[in-house]
Amino acid sequence: MANLGTQENPLLVAIVGSGPSGFYAAEALIKSDINVKVDVLERLPSPYGLVRSGVAPDHQKLKQVIALYQKTAESPDFNLIANVNVGTDISIEELCQSHHAVIITSGAETDRKLGVPGEDLNGSYTATEFVGWYNGHPDYRNREFDLSHDVAVIIGQGNVAADVSRILSKTVDELKHTDIAQHALDVLAESKIKEIHVIGRRGPAQAKFTPKELREFGELADCNSVVRAEDLILNPESETELQEKSNIASKKIYDQFCEFSKREIDIGKSKNCFFQFLMGPKELIGSTKLEKIILEKNQLSGEAFKQSARGTEETIELEAGILFRSIGYRGVPIANIPFNDSWGTIPNEKGRITDNNGSNIPQLYTAGWIKRGPSGIIGTNRACSVETVECLLEDIAKLDSETNKAGAKAIYTILDRKNIRHICYDDWKKIDKKEIERGKLKGKPREKYTYIDEMLSELK
Amino acid sequence: MTTIVTDNCKNCRFTDCVTVCPVACFHYDDEMLYIDPDTCIDCSACIPECPVQAIFEGDDIPEDQEHWVEINAEKSAALPVCEEQMEPLPGAEERKAALGF
Ligand SMILES: Cc1cc2nc3c(=O)[nH]c(=O)nc-3n(C[C@H](O)[C@H](O)[C@H](O)COP(=O)(O)OP(=O)(O)OC[C@H]3O[C@@H](n4cnc5c(N)ncnc54)[C@H](O)[C@@H]3O)c2cc1C
Ligand SMILES: NC(=O)c1ccc[n+]([C@@H]2O[C@H](COP(=O)([O-])OP(=O)(O)OC[C@H]3O[C@@H](n4cnc5c(N)ncnc54)[C@H](OP(=O)(O)O)[C@@H]3O)[C@@H](O)[C@H]2O)c1
Ligand code: SF4
Ligand code: SF4
Repeated sequence: MANLGTQENPLLVAIVGSGPSGFYAAEALIKSDINVKVDVLERLPSPYGLVRSGVAPDHQKLKQVIALYQKTAESPDFNLIANVNVGTDISIEELCQSHHAVIITSGAETDRKLGVPGEDLNGSYTATEFVGWYNGHPDYRNREFDLSHDVAVIIGQGNVAADVSRILSKTVDELKHTDIAQHALDVLAESKIKEIHVIGRRGPAQAKFTPKELREFGELADCNSVVRAEDLILNPESETELQEKSNIASKKIYDQFCEFSKREIDIGKSKNCFFQFLMGPKELIGSTKLEKIILEKNQLSGEAFKQSARGTEETIELEAGILFRSIGYRGVPIANIPFNDSWGTIPNEKGRITDNNGSNIPQLYTAGWIKRGPSGIIGTNRACSVETVECLLEDIAKLDSETNKAGAKAIYTILDRKNIRHICYDDWKKIDKKEIERGKLKGKPREKYTYIDEMLSELK
Repeated sequence: MTTIVTDNCKNCRFTDCVTVCPVACFHYDDEMLYIDPDTCIDCSACIPECPVQAIFEGDDIPEDQEHWVEINAEKSAALPVCEEQMEPLPGAEERKAALGF
């Protein structure tokens, strides 16, 4: 039998998920010096994961990363099988039968909960659903957000919280030439929000924004960014943190807050975005809908760089009709794949999926957010996927070198038997082209299709 | 907006930055790296990775480093792409220490 990875017996790899980590894994495999055939399965008709449905519409330049993924997709060794949900439409066992190895790169599709009373009240939303909605993700197409209140509260101070707050702070003019979904732009145009409170459980030295993202808040057309000077007083541990040379990003964030605190509020602007610290929601109150939030003041405890927030029992009330929690994403388990429920990730060692005893499970690998947890930006996934592919290639001698594995053909047989509509990369290119054409008419980079049926009907 | 490599990278070239660049836009010569501004998407992934804080973006570029914008553009156009982590240059650790990191 020819060795695995030769022309006669190429290594067949199925990748589950076509986000950045799926594409970087495919790229690393295709660029390696062995012969491979990569089949990428994606549950939506559209590829690119959070680059399409997470990255903010007003950050178009970042989406140029797609050009690199397109290059990978044009390789003869790459094949996209989209509109197929692994775990329901086809099983992991079936993929292990048809391919020598499977890499799971399914991201983190749900969100963490606050765990406070009232969290599920009408008006209390998640950043995950709001982001999916304004970016035209079909799962969130029909969500409704009632923006008819004056006050909106965002819990969390990471970059996703920055995205959500910025979209709420911007005018329609600042958004209408982006690829924001039309249904979202229409609702945002009617928004009555005047005050946006972005609340961190720890202090201004621990906010997780990146400097560039925070700086954008200083340049909004119709919104002031407000920080109270007294909120910027630091405890000695936080002073130590900011003096550490390697912690330059936090220092820049803190300096930006200081700059905001010195600004005069421009009363000509109709919105204000307040950054507040050392507070967390204790209870959300309302009869049928959110009316007010009980916030508990926090104190930091612990040594520098390990400080955590602790409630002080002192509370304040904030009347607000809208709340978005933006405290992190969370992975979703896939049937018959081990899952670490506390982290929301697949247990693994450098990308090799492990069972409950920590032993490697043959054929199974993982990369991206589902491997590491929901942190890190697009490029972080490149190093992560490269690590996983290196492990896979190291294991090649141990992988089943059966030559009669059928690869994509076996997948198509199963899907066709079940009558599941699947689309290929060329199909996606047609949808992509249509979206760009639709956008052109409105001066937008694209107008996304937001229903799966709509996308598929373009292919008839 | 541009993201650039500056002075501190000279004779050091740790290339930690390269592993996280989503679009492989770092180019190299014998001394240091340069960013190709036409390919770079200004994602800032490389900035916190650099052990000697040689990389700056847009409005954050110190005034005395602004000449590097042109140097990055010119040099990157003529040099090969660096896609994978390379061995640091000899003496890199000493240089890093001398820079106070
Ligand atoms: C709101 C938001 C904004 C962001 N903005 C930026 C930014 O501006 N710059 C930046 O650098 N980074 C940004 N990031 C981070 C970046 O998006 C992530 O690092 C990256 O997308 C993670 O890649 P991934 O491939 O692991 O997951 P994802 O991008 O989530 O891709 C996972 C893919 O798997 C598919 N999938 C899931 N389950 C299945 C299944 N069962 N079967 C088949 N397919 C499946 C999904 O549909 C999806 O396409 C942002 C993240 C968020 C949440
Ligand atoms: N433009 C960009 O580059 C961009 C845009 C969007 C996302 N991303 C990246 O995507 C990743 C995910 O972003 P993210 O914003 O979801 O996560 P994140 O950066 O981890 O931020 C989460 C925030 O929620 C807070 N938090 C967590 N649990 C909480 C709780 N129980 N109560 C109150 N607050 C809580 C955290 O505070 P503590 O610090 O106290 O835990 C932190 O402020 C990040 O790596 C981010 O940089 C990048
Ligand atoms: S990490 Fe910094 S020092 Fe190393 S090569 Fe990149 S820019 Fe240069
Ligand atoms: S900013 Fe992003 S795209 Fe530009 S060089 Fe750095 S990592 Fe690469």
